[in-house]
Amino acid sequence: MKLAQAALLLATVALAAAPERGHAAAGVKPDHFTLANGLEVVVIPDHRTPVVTHMIWYKVGSADETPGRSGLAHFLEHLMFKGTEAHPGQEFSQTVARLGGQENAFTSYDYTAYYQRVARDHLPTVMALEADRMSNLTLTDAVVRPELSVVLEEQYQRVANNPAAQLGEQIQAALYLNHPYGRPVIGWRAEIETLTRADAVDFYRRFYAPNNAVLVVAGDVETREVRRLAEETYGKVARREIAARRRPQEPEPIAERRLVLADARVGQPSLQRLYLVPSETTAQPGEAEALDVLAHILANGTTSRLYRRLVVEKGVAAGVSGWYQSTSLDPTRLALSLTPREGVELAALEAALDEALAEVVERGATDDELRRAKARMIADMVYAQDNQTALARLYGAALTTGQTVERVYTWTDRIEAVGAEAVTAAARRWLDKRRSVTGYLVGARTPPEGKRS
Amino acid sequence: MIPARMICRAGLVRSRAPGAATFAAAFFGLLSLFAPAAQAVTIERIVSPGGIEAWLVRDATVPLVTMRFAFKGGSSQDPPGKSGVANMVASLLDEGAGNLDAKAFQERLEEQAIELRFEDDRDHFRGSLRTLRDRREQAFDLLRLALTEPRFDADAVERIRGQLMAVLRRESTDPSVLAQQTWWSTAFPDHPYGRPEKGTPESVAKITTDDLRAYVRRVFARATLKVAIVGDIDAAEAGLFLDRTFGALPPEAELEPVPQAAPSGLGRRVVVKFDVPQAIVNIGSTGLPRNHPDFVAAYVVNHILGGGSFTSRLYQEVREKRGYAYGISTYLYPMERTALLMGWTQVRADRTADSIAIIAQEMRQMAEKGPTAEELDKAKAYLKGSFALRFDSSDKIAAQLVQIQIDNLGIDYINRRNDLIDAVTLEDARRVARMLFDGRLLITIVGRPVGVTSSGPG
Repeated sequence: MKLAQAALLLATVALAAAPERGHAAAGVKPDHFTLANGLEVVVIPDHRTPVVTHMIWYKVGSADETPGRSGLAHFLEHLMFKGTEAHPGQEFSQTVARLGGQENAFTSYDYTAYYQRVARDHLPTVMALEADRMSNLTLTDAVVRPELSVVLEEQYQRVANNPAAQLGEQIQAALYLNHPYGRPVIGWRAEIETLTRADAVDFYRRFYAPNNAVLVVAGDVETREVRRLAEETYGKVARREIAARRRPQEPEPIAERRLVLADARVGQPSLQRLYLVPSETTAQPGEAEALDVLAHILANGTTSRLYRRLVVEKGVAAGVSGWYQSTSLDPTRLALSLTPREGVELAALEAALDEALAEVVERGATDDELRRAKARMIADMVYAQDNQTALARLYGAALTTGQTVERVYTWTDRIEAVGAEAVTAAARRWLDKRRSVTGYLVGARTPPEGKRS
Repeated sequence: MIPARMICRAGLVRSRAPGAATFAAAFFGLLSLFAPAAQAVTIERIVSPGGIEAWLVRDATVPLVTMRFAFKGGSSQDPPGKSGVANMVASLLDEGAGNLDAKAFQERLEEQAIELRFEDDRDHFRGSLRTLRDRREQAFDLLRLALTEPRFDADAVERIRGQLMAVLRRESTDPSVLAQQTWWSTAFPDHPYGRPEKGTPESVAKITTDDLRAYVRRVFARATLKVAIVGDIDAAEAGLFLDRTFGALPPEAELEPVPQAAPSGLGRRVVVKFDVPQAIVNIGSTGLPRNHPDFVAAYVVNHILGGGSFTSRLYQEVREKRGYAYGISTYLYPMERTALLMGWTQVRADRTADSIAIIAQEMRQMAEKGPTAEELDKAKAYLKGSFALRFDSSDKIAAQLVQIQIDNLGIDYINRRNDLIDAVTLEDARRVARMLFDGRLLITIVGRPVGVTSSGPG
């Protein structure tokens, strides 16, 4: 670790001084190799604690579902815990628990991932278990049916109980006219209700294979050991023919979209806006980096442009937040979310938002804003070195959305290289209302807000 | 580089239980860091030249420094009728201090990537600092200003009040928050613990700058301070920073006494009608204080009944077998002036009565028969083995070390902790289960539960 430490120190120095280029802030460069059966492997060493994070990422998510079967990727994720011939029933979870391991899984638009965090001595066991369920899952109706109920309760808990979450689904559906990103990851309730064991088994056979997966191991391990274990476990799983990931793409957007969700359960109105923008994977060189910096300058924290203008100076907003979802196989979203100050109409808040955005489009960001944003974003990468699971997630998400280890590793350099003119150009090109959906969340008795002035 | 928003398999982790996560994390210890195979990570007790104690873990792997600290106090020190003062102070400490107004203060944080965070729970006011090693001077300096010279400028106070009001309005229709508030206000009707931590629109409207200053003056003191520092810093320098940061605080706090209390309303069921498709169920009962000799046994037994893993009895019965809920869990929640056993689930509205009956039945069975020997062994294996997972980042380590100090478990606790787990016998587990699961629960339900109404002794 001496080398890594030295590299990291350089990073800090570079930060304090000039934008000297170097990979330092990205920490240790992970090892990366591919097994004969096509499984990609990433190893991120961190020897501070005798613990490892073991994650298997499949290049399949809700956007890969067949229309009409929404929620299937996530439903299968739940069913992956139901056992194999070699490890029937809940043996998987019972074993992980007995080893003192923590585990879970998650599904997104482009990937589905499973992970265990265990003491490093137990890595061989969890690798063997995970490799087993890559191809040997057995499902019976007796276990599938109650799990479908669980997923339906999850949909209630995450979405139906919460009007803001419902508005989020509606906005996303309106943003994507043609691309399956318009479907919620959890699915539309009426379609979840119809999912069957056969659907899940078909989906599993189509997408779960070593050549459609990425293994990420972070923590107190050596690459040589991971390679040996991976070959003994995952290496024995046969590859499958996997169809290329070609989803229906968005037409060039030409119409701004607006919607209002009125619900008696809304105690505090709010405004959400999404823009359709390129991702790390679809962007031209430099574009995604500029969008990353732009989103940070606009809406990250109390020094951000929108916070200063809308919360502090004009006093029309109580809060502002925003993000750019850079990791995405297909064109993605830049999001802004605002809460009005009491007594401020959403239409007035939106007008102030548009005015503040127009200022950025016309005049760009200040040098101070640019400098602060970049320093902060690069420092965040140093902070990420402190958390093996966070690093594993970064690499897993990138590699399942068409990115490379090299791209992640050079992210800080690429951010450092973003110039003021690139940020202005990004604002001009992408903060175009025609590319956007604006949603109002209002109480039921409030009549829909009037048109924007 | 923000990971995509995603949804997970299990709803086991309850972020909404105030303090619960902190506690659960605290109980897991540090022992495996000292296991022979591990690289030794050493906790040093340091005392600054000015007499301020902290626990320090030196680790130069990543060039950063993390500090966590806590003062005794929290929202239970809010003046009567002014609930929300502690929460408002926590929101205002980075809104200007010394000769820096809010904008100047926050720009310094941002451009140097220094993170200062403040929060309160019912018993404590907590803070954290995270900085790149090379910015540590500035970071500790900004923290000192925030703690000792907060400005509470009128414009900042009104801005933050507006934000807090927006949060309260949002939470006023959040069924999970309603369910919790109903539980606490019913369990502690005449006690600071029963008051809403963030206050009410009425109480927050009344809070003055004098209230904020008075809180800071009374609560931030050296005698009630617990500190842990982790990162690329040595003991001598940490000592200097401790003095610079906390040295100007008054030696003693002036805390209003908070009376010892037991939860009331046990045996009652309170239903709050609300238009959501699920029933949000909070349960609670008397637990064990952290320093009780049977606390560890209770912790193990609760793990088996409803603790944090996919294997608990409640998880199996309510979720796995029947599919009634996405998440269900129970946990021990010892506080300064009471001790609780808490639980939570969100269930199908038409299965509310069944679910509550199952929870009661499982508790009764655990009280009567205790866990099986196999369950006990498995629980111990999990609790011991998962120990090190709580310590794989600087921030996690610092949080643990502060909580161990708050709980007064001793600097060697992490070396003893797994032995304490191992020492729990089946007989202990049975005895404690009888005590813990006596069937007297206060249950609050928000939603449209079918076949369940408010009941029980008023």
